Amino acid sequence: MSWDLVVNVVIAGVLTGLVYGLMALGLSVIFGVVRVVNFAHGEMMTIAMYATVMLFAALKLDPFLAVLPVAAAFFAFGYALQAGLINPFITRPEHSQFMLLLAVAIVMVNALLTVFGPDARNVQVDYQLESFELGPILFDRARVYAAGAAVLATAALFAFFRFSLTGKAIRACADNYLGARVAGLDVKRLYALTFGIGSICVAVAGGAMVLLVDVTPALGPYYTLLAFVIVIVGGLGSMPGALLGGILIGVSEALAGLFIAPSAKSMFSFGLLILVLLLRPQGLLGKRP
Amino acid sequence: MTQRTNRRQFNQAVAGLGAAAALAPFGIVRAQAQKLKVGVLLPRSGVQGFIGQSCQKGADLAPGVIKQMLGVDIELMNADTESSVDTARTRAERLVQEGAHVLVGPFDSGAAAAIAQVAEQRGVPFVINIAAAPQITEQGYKFVFRNFQTGPDIARNGLALIGDLFQATNTAPRTAVFMHVNDTFGQAMLKGISAFMPRMTQLPFKIVDTISYDPAAKDLTVEVSKAKASNADFLLLVCRLNDAIILRREMVKQRWNPMGIISPGSPGMYEEQYYKALGKLSEYSISNVPWYNPNAKLTKIVEKAFLKQNPKDKLVFHGLNAGFTFEAILIAADAFKRARSTDPKTLADAIRQTNITEKMMLGAPIKFNAKGQVEGIGSACVQNLNLTPTVVLPAAAATAKPVFPAPYFKRA
Repeated sequence: MSWDLVVNVVIAGVLTGLVYGLMALGLSVIFGVVRVVNFAHGEMMTIAMYATVMLFAALKLDPFLAVLPVAAAFFAFGYALQAGLINPFITRPEHSQFMLLLAVAIVMVNALLTVFGPDARNVQVDYQLESFELGPILFDRARVYAAGAAVLATAALFAFFRFSLTGKAIRACADNYLGARVAGLDVKRLYALTFGIGSICVAVAGGAMVLLVDVTPALGPYYTLLAFVIVIVGGLGSMPGALLGGILIGVSEALAGLFIAPSAKSMFSFGLLILVLLLRPQGLLGKRP
Repeated sequence: MTQRTNRRQFNQAVAGLGAAAALAPFGIVRAQAQKLKVGVLLPRSGVQGFIGQSCQKGADLAPGVIKQMLGVDIELMNADTESSVDTARTRAERLVQEGAHVLVGPFDSGAAAAIAQVAEQRGVPFVINIAAAPQITEQGYKFVFRNFQTGPDIARNGLALIGDLFQATNTAPRTAVFMHVNDTFGQAMLKGISAFMPRMTQLPFKIVDTISYDPAAKDLTVEVSKAKASNADFLLLVCRLNDAIILRREMVKQRWNPMGIISPGSPGMYEEQYYKALGKLSEYSISNVPWYNPNAKLTKIVEKAFLKQNPKDKLVFHGLNAGFTFEAILIAADAFKRARSTDPKTLADAIRQTNITEKMMLGAPIKFNAKGQVEGIGSACVQNLNLTPTVVLPAAAATAKPVFPAPYFKRA
């Protein structure tokens, strides 16, 4: 087996993993602060992908430009979802939250099926089938752009939480719920804001992902599961953990496909999950509870 | 509150049941007045959704055409298998409960195997439109019939046509990389090709690598990288539709331009969606598949009905799917006409006696052997030319000459 084949496959794995990481980042942020596991995560990303496809079909808007209005709409949607639907469930048992978000997910899948049907849809931009060439190494252009968007979005999110006052307030809520309330923070509004920010991550990931895969309503549950695997591997609630988890899953799947059998790829991501759960239950970069 | 049955009501019921029982063996009551209820099971959503919808077009036009041909009334009971074997099984159960006299479908070997079990347990005839796994008709089932080639037949005919293609184009590729989906159909094809390749000494190439992949894969980067690294002259591909599209795009991204892509017999590359999704990239792909006879009288009738129902569409993009689905319903209707009964066993016996000479698809008349399998179904070499599936071999049925190697070919 030639070295350039291995390098090409690893690069593709890293680039795809970064987009996976961005997708999982939204899940991780929401859980890290609100302590609610969003079981409709993949379905939300699917909606973002459809929104991008629609904007492309109607206005020929490049997915990376379409991300701006879609992200704005998703922020509003996420904010409203948390403020209107999830906040009343914050103090209820976890199984109630689980059922609520599972119901939301099912409603989303069926709404997509009703509106768009089961057919796969995609965008076709000029650069989608092009590659950058560096000797024998090929970099899929769409994948490079998508991974770049993922890195930028993660950096922006990191900066927001680190340097902005609102970001610090959100972190305070995540660290100490009671303390945040005693300090006079409007926790429920901050929760809604966090869900909105998590939804922005989903929207950007959806915009990037639509360049890599065709979208169907059935994609939602698959990506929800994938996002869970990534955040559990990386550490639930950890932002760098989500990116690391994404890269690890992307690369392990790619290498398993190369060295063992392509049809057994996902077996290895779940194998990795089991290993992490056994050896480091809090995830690679997660904090011990 | 319970309602008691009085003596008079009881006597009337017994008399009614007696009369029905007496007439039943003659099929007098059920035969003439009834419609044939055909449960059509197809993957109209999910990963095979496009193909299922394509098959459905053949089912939708069947009642009208068959009424004209045979004077038989058909009621379709449509069910979506959602491209899932489990759903196929439960939908089949439900159709039987709801009174389907015969089941037709389901364009998938895994789903067909599941439905066959239901049909056999419930004693309802099941006519397979498209599904190639040979074991389905090797189980000794009494109610399962298939008017489609088995995997080994497809592989044998497909490989033979590859030999003809190389002869017709004066080419002799030395190596092939074999990529196949890892579902029931893909495995059946793998076995068929592995069995026939060593015997077909006229074929100039050998398979240098075999790569299986998930038909529901969202990304085939690794698979295509491996295939490209094999430096094979051409790609031998057993695919479905969505994966074929993803794979072709990935080939372009990775700048892999082999002599051609040849399917020894699988769906995907002649489907309308393949052309829509890929545009010019769909050109020159070759599929050696069971195909329809464009000159057959029945084809003209079906085409007319097709265009009436789908004015913006063309039969050529649905010929295989719609054609075999239509023929499956035709088989059931023909048996119903002869049996004059919807009794499952009588209907199954009548299907076993089928001899339809005026047919749409290429090959011998529709006759079932003892296993419930039609033999002698023909294949054609269909190449994508000018964004249309075009028969290029056998020469007698060809409407254009084959193009091989493809113009995009670049030696590695």
